[in-house]
Amino acid sequence: MQASIKAQPSQSDKTWKLRMQEWWFRNRSLVGFAFILPWFASFIIFDGMPFIYNLYLSFTDYQIGTVGTPPWIGLENYVEIFTEDKLFGKSMYNTVYYLGFSVPLRLIFAFLIALLLNMRVRGMELYRTLFYVPSVVPLVAATVIFAGLLNTRYGLLNQLFVLLGITPVRWLSSPDAIKPSLILLSLWGFGGQMIIFLAGLQGIPDDLYEAAAIDGGTGWHRLVYITVPLMTPTIFFNMLIALIGGFQIFEQVFILLNTDGGPLQAGLVYMLHVYNKAFRDFEFGYSAALSVILFLIIFVLTIVLVYTSNRWVFYGDAQDDEP
Amino acid sequence: MIEDPRVRAFRHFVIYMILTAGAFVMMVPLMWTVSTSLKTRDKITIRQLELIPDPVAWENYPRLFEMRPIGIYTRNTMIIVAAALFGAWVPCTLAGYAFARIAFPGRNIFFGILLATMMLPYVVRLIPLFLFFDEIGWTRTFGPLVLPRLLGHNAFYIFLYRQFFRGIPEDIYDSARIDGCSEFGVWWRIFMPMSRPVLAAVSIFAFSFAWNDFLNPLIYLGPNKELWTLALGLNGMRGFEGEDSSLNMIMTFSMLMIIPMLVVFYFGQKHLISGVTAQGSLKG
Repeated sequence: MQASIKAQPSQSDKTWKLRMQEWWFRNRSLVGFAFILPWFASFIIFDGMPFIYNLYLSFTDYQIGTVGTPPWIGLENYVEIFTEDKLFGKSMYNTVYYLGFSVPLRLIFAFLIALLLNMRVRGMELYRTLFYVPSVVPLVAATVIFAGLLNTRYGLLNQLFVLLGITPVRWLSSPDAIKPSLILLSLWGFGGQMIIFLAGLQGIPDDLYEAAAIDGGTGWHRLVYITVPLMTPTIFFNMLIALIGGFQIFEQVFILLNTDGGPLQAGLVYMLHVYNKAFRDFEFGYSAALSVILFLIIFVLTIVLVYTSNRWVFYGDAQDDEP
Repeated sequence: MIEDPRVRAFRHFVIYMILTAGAFVMMVPLMWTVSTSLKTRDKITIRQLELIPDPVAWENYPRLFEMRPIGIYTRNTMIIVAAALFGAWVPCTLAGYAFARIAFPGRNIFFGILLATMMLPYVVRLIPLFLFFDEIGWTRTFGPLVLPRLLGHNAFYIFLYRQFFRGIPEDIYDSARIDGCSEFGVWWRIFMPMSRPVLAAVSIFAFSFAWNDFLNPLIYLGPNKELWTLALGLNGMRGFEGEDSSLNMIMTFSMLMIIPMLVVFYFGQKHLISGVTAQGSLKG
């Protein structure tokens, strides 16, 4: 019974379907809007409105217990940050110190290992996996593992130091060793950047190297005149992502050192300061101002890097446009 | 230019030495974790290197399940993972499809907004979102963690899908439309089945970001232990020198978080690497 109905749709049913189809076809753009609607709603709720409200909050004295409209205090939060807040300078210094070492070191390690892996060695996939696997380890687990490895009494590193006759280091409790410990932890995860470099290296056409070989170029020439220039876009991308991510380092420090950032606040990074002001001291307005400053730093840095990148980043197709 | 075979052999020898030494150093923390997770409590304090513990304390693993509500932590984590996967599969692919194939007014503006949000650091949204969810009484619920994921709040995934969908030949799309297939039908019957590689890559990202998320669960679920995820549970192990959170048990818990990631990585390795590489393609 049902099958026969399906096989011979009634006339009115057919036209209804056709009419629907026609309507949708004429209003195609509505389908487009409908398809992006969930994402756009999430953009409004989770990006747009918070961004604007955060800016507004930074000019108010919103604290715990504030009822109704938070009192508008203009630039007071910002003035306090730049004139009175000692931890602002301290945390910014710690963050920049961390970035200054971890970003270049990660890039150099990732690039060198990718170069070696790209030399068509046998077992390349195994090595690639071994170098990449630490990046798969969840950050919380990686941090807890390093807390163990760097433990003053039972940690592996100090056990090795004792074996080799080196004085053990109080990695996580002496102010001088905290930042190197954080940098060490960040180096363990260079695998992601290595994979991106490796893909970039594999995209360099072989004929360039062959041409260089015919002209008598040595391995060093090939590296300096072909590989590095052609890899500058990838290097630039990796550097930008590492800088933006590095400015927001938080979880590692929070887990290793708790909210005070270790002795003498040697590990108090900027995000930890933001977190403490908001979720420990409940000074939301002040904390919002801190976050706006970090946003501006990242924003300006990105603009400056992108703007200056055309001096050293080589985009192959850009040349084609020149007359 | 023909290389002397002896020079070539020596060069290869040096490369292998460097790679092997490097890979070994990278593996040491993991080997140490596995080893420590299988040590009895009294072995930890001994200042002696011991790769294979004697005795091997397999009982640490069942003991962890008795000591900590691992089942509840896992269930809570999987709630977030499920929302992330749904968001990655439905709203993100729909948006990617619309950006790749449907011409609608303002598409380029919307796409520009999408790209801009990728550059927006999380820190500027942290506090207002917390205050907002506090206002509507959603703190200490999964809402703030689940809702953005359900809606597909991830510009990077949408961007990846859009790039992939643009690579599907126009002819396939046209002929399906001429045969009377709706946009929804083309998305579901043609584009989705053809997009397994990018779906796999994005699924791995969605799984691992949800599995590893720490700051958001900390802020929203931190005060309520019943709602803790695995990441919060592991964080809760540290700092206590008590019986149930000694170093060996902390490493046992770490292994519990690492093993599923390794499984996902193993099965998705091929797609994951193409996905990580696609991140690099953003530069263009």
